[in-house]
Amino acid sequence: MDVELKAITKRFGAVVANKDVTLQVRAGEVLGLLGENGAGKSTLMNVLCGLYRPDEGQIVINGTPVQFTNPGDAIAAGIGMVHQHFMLVPVFTVAENVVLGVEPVGRLNHLDLKTASAKVREISARYGLTVDPDALIETLPVGVQQRVEIIKVLFRSADVLILDEPTAVLTPQEVEDFFGIVRSLRDAGKAIIFITHKLNEILEIADRISVLRAGRIVGESDPATATKADLAEVMVGRPVHFEVDRSGAAPGDAMLVIKDLTVLRDDNTIAVDNVSLTVRGGEVLGIAGVQGNGQSALIQAITGLMPAARGTIRFLGQDITHASVRARHKLGLAHIPEDRQRMGLIPDFTVAENMVLDSYYDPRYARGPQVQWDAVNQWAATAAAAFDVRTTSVFAKAGHLSGGNQQKLIVARELSRDTKAVIAAQPTRGLDVGSIEYIHSRLMAARAEGDAVLIMSSELDEILALSDRIVVMFKGRIVAEFDANVEKPEKSQIGLAMAGVAA
Amino acid sequence: MSVNESLDAARDKLLQRAAPDRTEFEDLVIVPLFAFAVALILGAVTMLATGVDLATIGRSYVALLVGSVGSVNALSETLVAAIPLVLAGLGLALGFRAGLFNIGAEGQILMGGLAAVIFGFTFSALPFVILMPLSLLAGALTGAFYAGIAGWLRAATGAHEVISTIMLNLISYRLLDYMLSLPWVQREGRADPVSRSVPDAAELPRLLEWLDPNLRLHAGVFVMLLAVAFVYWLLFRTKLGFEFRASGASPDAARYAGMHASLIIVIAMATAGALAGLAGANQVLGVLGRATPGFSAGIGFDAIAVALLGRSHPIGVLFAGLLFGALQAGGRQMQVDAGVGIDLIGIIQALVIVFIAAPLLVRAIFPWGFRNRQKGTHQ
Ligand SMILES: Nc1ncnc2c1ncn2[C@@H]1O[C@H](COP(=O)(O)OP(=O)(O)O)[C@@H](O)[C@H]1O
Ligand SMILES: [Mg+2]
Repeated sequence: MDVELKAITKRFGAVVANKDVTLQVRAGEVLGLLGENGAGKSTLMNVLCGLYRPDEGQIVINGTPVQFTNPGDAIAAGIGMVHQHFMLVPVFTVAENVVLGVEPVGRLNHLDLKTASAKVREISARYGLTVDPDALIETLPVGVQQRVEIIKVLFRSADVLILDEPTAVLTPQEVEDFFGIVRSLRDAGKAIIFITHKLNEILEIADRISVLRAGRIVGESDPATATKADLAEVMVGRPVHFEVDRSGAAPGDAMLVIKDLTVLRDDNTIAVDNVSLTVRGGEVLGIAGVQGNGQSALIQAITGLMPAARGTIRFLGQDITHASVRARHKLGLAHIPEDRQRMGLIPDFTVAENMVLDSYYDPRYARGPQVQWDAVNQWAATAAAAFDVRTTSVFAKAGHLSGGNQQKLIVARELSRDTKAVIAAQPTRGLDVGSIEYIHSRLMAARAEGDAVLIMSSELDEILALSDRIVVMFKGRIVAEFDANVEKPEKSQIGLAMAGVAA
Repeated sequence: MSVNESLDAARDKLLQRAAPDRTEFEDLVIVPLFAFAVALILGAVTMLATGVDLATIGRSYVALLVGSVGSVNALSETLVAAIPLVLAGLGLALGFRAGLFNIGAEGQILMGGLAAVIFGFTFSALPFVILMPLSLLAGALTGAFYAGIAGWLRAATGAHEVISTIMLNLISYRLLDYMLSLPWVQREGRADPVSRSVPDAAELPRLLEWLDPNLRLHAGVFVMLLAVAFVYWLLFRTKLGFEFRASGASPDAARYAGMHASLIIVIAMATAGALAGLAGANQVLGVLGRATPGFSAGIGFDAIAVALLGRSHPIGVLFAGLLFGALQAGGRQMQVDAGVGIDLIGIIQALVIVFIAAPLLVRAIFPWGFRNRQKGTHQ
């Protein structure tokens, strides 16, 4: 089935989300739709799947113009979308979720879950999705939940699959599996629109690439010949630097010294197992590892959010093993947390309130029991402007900002005070290249100022780009260490260590 | 333009406040108004269904209006009923903001009121300027202590405050009964559980006696207004209020920010209890003049509705409390004039809450009151 979008324009009030967009996708190919956050990708696809009506332009299927008034029409025409945010009922089984809305019924209108399960199993086997139809959604990892969304669409006999930033929620390992699934769908003759802002991914999976910027198609390219730099420039509208300048490494004194640290999870299993680490001023230490190997617990122990069961943490010569979160903060420890939505900021609070989330008590912002909101607002505006946080005003709710701007808000809050050490967990997860470039430059600026910088990331490229030294964690232990300033380690070396193969 | 100048310009732009959001206005003003209208209509339908004729229904709604705002006396009664509702409602709202669902206002009112009475008659020799404020304070502190128990249980053991405050309510009923029968509390020469009277010097003075000795409006109205201002200040202007709101909105972010979760829980509960205790003290020192079994008369539960209706905002709570006070005062008139049971008021109050809690339903019933919103969500 071939689908064509012709000169689509979609406005939200004064915002033109899509302008004159023309796009085709054919059966048996993966069309990569590349664009920064806010470029209008989701809006365009919501038009295609019948959620929005275009203000201008039309949709043509196999040469015939069609009009969708609701998602049901689009599904009937064979177009299905897997949304950025999943729409699953956590307490239902996979099969129940898949048939929701199109339940097969037997006599007397009873719900025929057997048929549903069988059908799910069949789809799952045909495309290598390996999903158990009887598992409860809430017990499944995100990667599997996503496959359930795909099965939902396939169950409704879709020939065109729209995948809206499908990899945003996946770990690197899950991404590889996911690409396998996408390929098997393509080989089965489905037309696939794969939306992302990640350059590596689009080059790997797409057969053809269209780039969307500020609502318009600004370029098309062939992944066989395109380079990351070309694509990034088209997508962002200016040249982007991927290489972080790490010249002038001048490691100073040891600032953060961790000795024999053991951290237990809530259920008393060992998360961090006897780890010793030193981070010196003016250097970046990268922690690599497959998620769930203790990196998060290590960072939470350093920042005071998880207690140390054994061992010591010294910062600037002081023993902070049992110090409170605030005491560590006051000593100059900045923390960019892993989960920005849940921990790093409060979506319901304004940008200004979030800017002082962990420093509202400081004499600069507070007098006696009162917070001086005027001072806070002034400072928040200065910081937002300096750190390029794009928001309409400091009184806007932080939850209304795009992911990249939320993260810049957190970075602004944590780095614009007098810091001695920066602990950054997944500092650029899910962000577009422009924001990533910016945040990296800020982290390097902290290093240049002589801060000790500790970075945890599941993106190996990020670790390699930023770190002076790299340690690899596996099952709570440090299993390998590399000094990038002596000899740049190979990705494969680190990868092996991450998989638990001793270096 | 230099870099600095352009940064300054960007900064100034960020400091501009956007015009108030239309949706916000709709949620805060239009939804409650329509909810109230629907509740009145459904109340009428209920009366019809129980065989009340149209003329009586009309009469009862006229009585509701007259009895709540139709005269000086009506206004005075409305305010008298509103005072404890607003005070206790403020406490609950504060708790909601901090993420605590406190069901215990009823018990805190009883304990606070009882303490105010006991303090009043025990130190009856003190002059008015000292005794009255201290009696109020005794009520507030006792309420704070009583609610603090639930806060402490939550912070120290994780016991959920919904359960523990319900249990504390049950304890408070019996504790009150017991205390009222103690010889040093019980009124001399009485066999039934009634406390000694509040001495004149502890009473909240009536404000409108010069106009008409029957007007019951008392100085508690100032306590109420002060409390509204205080809670507003506390929540939105202080460090502690910031901590309350942060803990309520996102406990994880509050922990990350170095806030002390257990301490905040205890303080928030105690502050809520102080306000409820103050409500109880206002009742005994301003209206009842003594403590009797169950003198709180469900105010602590109505206050939950008031706090919800007021969107946990001090100003909202004030208006919601006034509305509920008006319904109470008008309801009594309704009973007298039209013979319609006061229970109907309970139904109307409950319906208001149901519709407030379901803004989408109200939008669906009254589509013309709301500007059309673009379908689909912002991603
Ligand atoms: N429902 C909506 N109402 C108003 N503006 C919207 C809505 N959805 C998207 N937008 C705006 O349209 C633009 C494109 O958004 P979107 O399609 O979500 O981008 P992308 O998916 O590429 O990140 C953004 O500026 C966004 O703020
Ligand atoms: Mg999107």
